[in-house]
Amino acid sequence: MSHQYNFAYLDEQTKKMIRRTMLKAVAIPGFQVPFGGREMPLPYGWGTGGIQLTASLLGRDDTLKVIDQGSDDTVNAVSIKDFFRKTADVAITESTRAATIIQTRHRIPEIPLSEGQIMVYQVPIPEPLQFIEPRRPEAEKMHAFVEYGAMYVKLYEDIARHGRIAMSFDYPVHVNGRYIMSPSPNPKFDNPKLHMSPALHLFGAGREKRIYAVPPFTEVVSLDFDDYPFELERWKGACALCGSKKSFLDEILTDDQGTRMFICSDTEFCRRAREKEAS
Amino acid sequence: MDAILNIVNISKDFVFHHQQGTRLQVLENFSVKFYPSQATVLTGPSGSGKSTLLRMIYAGYRTGKGSIFVRHNDRLVDMGKADPGVIYEIRRHTIGYVSQFLRVVPRVSALDTVIEPLIARNMGESKARAKGKQMLERLRIPENLWHISATTFSGGEQQRINLARGLIAHYPVMLLDEPTASLDPENRKTVITLIREAVAAGACMIGVFHNRSDQEQIADRTLDMSGLKRRQEASA
Amino acid sequence: MTGMLNRVDLPLLKVQNLSKFYGGTIGCHDINFEVAEGEVVGIVGESGSGKSTLLKCIAGTETPTNGAVYFNSLFGFIDLCQADEILLRKINRTQTGFVTQNPMDGLRMNISAGGNIGERLMANGMRNYGQIRDIAREWLDKVEIDLSRIDDLPTTFSGGMQQRLQIAANLVTDPKIILMDEPTSGLDVSVQARLIDVLRKLVSRLKLSMILVTHDLAVARLLSHRLYVMKKGKIVESGLSDQILDDPREPYTQLLVSSILKP
Repeated sequence: MSHQYNFAYLDEQTKKMIRRTMLKAVAIPGFQVPFGGREMPLPYGWGTGGIQLTASLLGRDDTLKVIDQGSDDTVNAVSIKDFFRKTADVAITESTRAATIIQTRHRIPEIPLSEGQIMVYQVPIPEPLQFIEPRRPEAEKMHAFVEYGAMYVKLYEDIARHGRIAMSFDYPVHVNGRYIMSPSPNPKFDNPKLHMSPALHLFGAGREKRIYAVPPFTEVVSLDFDDYPFELERWKGACALCGSKKSFLDEILTDDQGTRMFICSDTEFCRRAREKEAS
Repeated sequence: MDAILNIVNISKDFVFHHQQGTRLQVLENFSVKFYPSQATVLTGPSGSGKSTLLRMIYAGYRTGKGSIFVRHNDRLVDMGKADPGVIYEIRRHTIGYVSQFLRVVPRVSALDTVIEPLIARNMGESKARAKGKQMLERLRIPENLWHISATTFSGGEQQRINLARGLIAHYPVMLLDEPTASLDPENRKTVITLIREAVAAGACMIGVFHNRSDQEQIADRTLDMSGLKRRQEASA
Repeated sequence: MTGMLNRVDLPLLKVQNLSKFYGGTIGCHDINFEVAEGEVVGIVGESGSGKSTLLKCIAGTETPTNGAVYFNSLFGFIDLCQADEILLRKINRTQTGFVTQNPMDGLRMNISAGGNIGERLMANGMRNYGQIRDIAREWLDKVEIDLSRIDDLPTTFSGGMQQRLQIAANLVTDPKIILMDEPTSGLDVSVQARLIDVLRKLVSRLKLSMILVTHDLAVARLLSHRLYVMKKGKIVESGLSDQILDDPREPYTQLLVSSILKP
């Protein structure tokens, strides 16, 4: 561990400030709480929000897992793990079950979470109304006065243009029957995992400097119309490596002729399934 | 029989602020009564207050001094002081007014223009249209003109639309300002017949007619408005 | 004043002693008037007379300096200037409408015509796509916009069509009163005629009340039952439309009326 930095990089006062913000967020599920985000040693867009949350949560006995697009070994995931290895020297794992804190960009693990675990999400745009109502004061009023008509207008437009609700990621959800929230760039496939989850889910947007949360066992419902209900993605076929038909699959091009293959996005899940097969 | 319209001591002047403040006194301390089933023709030279009186009765001109009492639904209403809501009601059911010229509304067909008063009285659209067509036929408006706007009609045709609209519904008080002015003898005759029919059905008609023969055929009494100041009316 | 349910003997809207000052500049002052159900009231005057300011104070997009705007809402006879914001926004989403002078201020230009009309329905909880679409089509028809344009963006519409779309988007919740700020300005004469015709039919069919701000006296005559004439922020004369236009008494009104060019 580098001795230049405080444990997990941030100073204790900052961590307290962020934890206070997290508590506020947990107290009002789905509500975006502004916080004094710090300058981090990596640019916006690389997970500074998620990193600040993790840094504030980490204790010496924690076990950290970091995934990016479901994978433990992409550049972003590896760099972040490296960062915490240097500044916090905590146990790092690829096992969802063993982790106490899981930081993610763009997926929730296939293996179900349990009570006591914390998911930390890296969020680029925390505001679900961003593209319909770019004016911040007006968007805040819409949240405050429960005026979410415009959100449904976006869904309406999708159906009018594409014959179905075309949003496949960052699909807005209604949290605890009150606030509409963006579940970050997660594919809609993962939305149901938030509903009544035993884990705590914390969302951090570094550039926008906002934190929001879904506490354990909270109702999270994806928006839809009565006659166009919410649907999960489906793939024809299964994972080419483990044969799973129930996990989120990534499409991979294997050559220049356009041959494609579907593989589980969650690398840990896929590996375990193969190991189980083999045994 | 009770008067349906009782005009008590009305005065009317006009002040033209942008023409050196010229003041024109048209009526002064003027009183008269009008009765149902009676046709009164107002006579007198231009400027003697004939049109002004009609407009004041209709509340198209404001009444400064005096009162204009009309019997509406068994109560007396002063048109000079009544609430707008009451005036709208009176114009819909009790007092009808036909001006000299049709105010054409673009895009509204001749037929729809004619039946507007019936629709305002909540008559069903098909019944109203049937009556409208009858009226248009009576006034010899060719069928190919019924469904287009009167914007392109001749002066005489426009006036017949105006009259059709004014006479299609029964009003206890009918105010007519030069209704026959631009009509040929045939149509003039029809209009006079329509007026007499309305009066026979109980209407009180007050009108301005320039044509002497029309005056004679219509009037049960004449009211001479000549002279700048009017005092007590000389009843017929 | 709250607690009185929708009483019939009260006017639909009552503006009382309303004033709006911008520092030392007078927007409008000492404005008093009423609107009854089913009545169209026109506010006329030249640019700078304060009529648009007055309308905005009534609509709630400006806050008056003094005075009250009582509205006979379904929740009681309420002063909109004092009402709590949640209630006010609810009333403005369902019982009133505001058609702005520039359609771009009143429409979402990146949302289709159908989406614009449906927004209020969705804001009020409608969650059936098919139903929303049916209602949107109904309204496009009522304002004479071709149904095939339902998925088109308002940027592809002409000015007159945009105005008619705005009207449809406001009327979809059957409001009791609609405020219109110079709806025909900037439109060609033939386009104006169509818009006015659409409005006349809607007013008579729906028994809609309207406050219409316009500098065009011909439009005022065609649509309004009564008129208020404004000059330099004050009402200088008021009366039935034919009274104001045919028997103008105040010097300013006479000037205004005599300035109309007759073709």
